[in-house]
Amino acid sequence: MAALLDITGVSIEFKTDKGPFKALDNVNLKIAEGEYVSLIGHSGCGKSTVLNIVAGLLQATTGGVVLEGKEVNEPGPERAVVFQNHSLLPWLTAYQNVELAVKQVFRGQKSRAEMKEWIEYNLHLVHMDHAMHKRPDEISGGMKQRVGIARALAMQPKVLLMDEPFGALDALTRAHLQDSLMEIQRELNNTVIMITHDVDEAVLLSDRIVMMTNGPAATIGEILSIELDRPRDRLALADDPQYNHYRHEVLRFLYEKQRKTDDSSAGRKPPSTNTSAATTASVADEDSAKSVTAESVSAVVTPLHKKHVA
Amino acid sequence: MAISQLQVPSWLEPFARLLRGDRPGEQIVKVLRHVGLPLLGMALFLMLWQSGAAHVNTSLGQLPGPAQVWEQAGNLKDEHFAEREKAVAFYQRQEARNAERMAENPDAKPRPIRGYTGKPTFLDQIGTSLKTVMSGFVLASLIAIPLGIAIGLSGALYSAVNPLVQVFKPVSPLAWLPLVTIVVAAVYTSPEPMFAKSYVVSVLTVMLCSLWPTLINTAVGVTSVSTDLNNVSKVLRLTWLEHIRKIVLPASVPMIFTGLRLSLGTAWMVLIAAEMLAQNPGLGKFVWDEFQNGSSQSLGRIMVAVLTIGLIGYVLDRCMLGLQRWVSWDKNAITR
Ligand SMILES: Nc1ncnc2c1ncn2[C@@H]1O[C@H](COP(=O)(O)OP(=O)(O)OP(=O)(O)O)[C@@H](O)[C@H]1O
Ligand SMILES: [Mg+2]
Repeated sequence: MAALLDITGVSIEFKTDKGPFKALDNVNLKIAEGEYVSLIGHSGCGKSTVLNIVAGLLQATTGGVVLEGKEVNEPGPERAVVFQNHSLLPWLTAYQNVELAVKQVFRGQKSRAEMKEWIEYNLHLVHMDHAMHKRPDEISGGMKQRVGIARALAMQPKVLLMDEPFGALDALTRAHLQDSLMEIQRELNNTVIMITHDVDEAVLLSDRIVMMTNGPAATIGEILSIELDRPRDRLALADDPQYNHYRHEVLRFLYEKQRKTDDSSAGRKPPSTNTSAATTASVADEDSAKSVTAESVSAVVTPLHKKHVA
Repeated sequence: MAISQLQVPSWLEPFARLLRGDRPGEQIVKVLRHVGLPLLGMALFLMLWQSGAAHVNTSLGQLPGPAQVWEQAGNLKDEHFAEREKAVAFYQRQEARNAERMAENPDAKPRPIRGYTGKPTFLDQIGTSLKTVMSGFVLASLIAIPLGIAIGLSGALYSAVNPLVQVFKPVSPLAWLPLVTIVVAAVYTSPEPMFAKSYVVSVLTVMLCSLWPTLINTAVGVTSVSTDLNNVSKVLRLTWLEHIRKIVLPASVPMIFTGLRLSLGTAWMVLIAAEMLAQNPGLGKFVWDEFQNGSSQSLGRIMVAVLTIGLIGYVLDRCMLGLQRWVSWDKNAITR
């Protein structure tokens, strides 16, 4: 299948006070239509930078991004972005926030009534029908993120870009939203690039997981294809050996091959008193603790959520 | 929002709850705090004033206490209505005379009615001051908000304008006044001026001094529009004008209003000083005239003016706050 999106030889250098800083080096990735790709990597490795280059918010120093045969060099609604902090306009209601995008994208194409229907349809997709006339400060964090997703979906993007869409949410809400997103994916089959820190989230949602090496000059380390049947059910998958194998692959990459240490020179063992070693351990602990909660929570959440949906 | 507006005002709420019998003990404490304490403070102040004033002897006699000041307030009001009656009588006399003449000789042209030129009363002066302060404030806002937005959007413009702002901001109205007066006298020389010169001078002085809070706050509001919102605007490919109208302006409304409130406060302070120094009609001139007059009533009248100035300043601030509450989306930004 021909690639819908083609990232070729992308490198970027930021000008800083201490001279140029090479954040990305030679990133190559082809994404097919309808594919769901996750980007995972340690904090600060350059995931957001990759996403922003695809979005057109940043310009690559060398290399470039081609979408459907056209080079990307400015932001646009065909590459809608869901930001980590919802970034809804606080003075508009959920409906008006989506409306702003719809009016902008479908000006002259849809009639007033069609626009209204389309806005409501997208808010319905993310289960926000009941609160669509509330302003962001009147709804919860999870609901705000839902509206942010609805706004992006309403632009009918060729590629949906999501920068840690659920990063700021608690495990329970996050599980809800992941389920919603899978449901929407089944219906729309969008092409998606999603950044995440959550290993379970990556395995559950993705067709491929792109693992990035640590910066500076970060690049793609490994790519893992997730061949699990859809629809995926988090409860059933918890005991699935294949699922757990994928999880371990990602964890191994993150915590063995790409240990996050301040002392990045290879082969030199950090002294035992070095705080960076302690930090690494605590990060790993934190993550396993997080994944345990996510799993145990999902047992409770899923039936509840099903009920909510029905 | 409509529902919350229908509720009783917050200071009435304890009373309403008390009537409903909703936890009476708690409500009584609330009433005491929100109504009792301010009243107590006021009473203490009046007592201190009364007893303190008795010990101060000035060249114009004893410093008036609250009772005398209240009496003067009544006098000022009476004088106003007396003056109005005189004016009415003045016009009636002229019309009567004209009518008489027409009766004697139907061909005679009626004489034009002369305007009444009595001394402006205290209430007239309040009206003049309010009109002047609003003109200056509106003019200042019309300049400060667009300029603030431009400065906030463009780093280069900010660098260019910032030193000027920092230098002009602390200049006292008393320093501007002579300059403005002379420049207006030189430049504003139409034979039939639409506005009196003194009015123009006051308005310009008020404008020059009350420009800065709005300018600075607007610029800060615009610069602090989050990068996320700017990115949303970019992804949606909003045009420059749409970006200003749909993102920048609403996002900085809370800060703009903070600036406007400060500006209006400054404008009111500056106006009184300007009127006093430049002998421009208004409350400031009233105070100055009473000071020059030096009758036994003057001190009481000046005190009435001081209290009026304070009260009007307070009311203006409340009006701005009300407007801010009504317009601004960020209800948390408004505290006092
Ligand atoms: N505008 C910039 N100027 C200079 N350096 C930058 C800029 N943007 C990002 N960087 C640097 O580039 C690197 C990658 O940043 P990026 O935000 O892409 O990381 P990330 O993987 O998204 O991290 P996180 O998971 O914490 O969001 C970091 O070291 C960051 O300091
Ligand atoms: Mg990031």
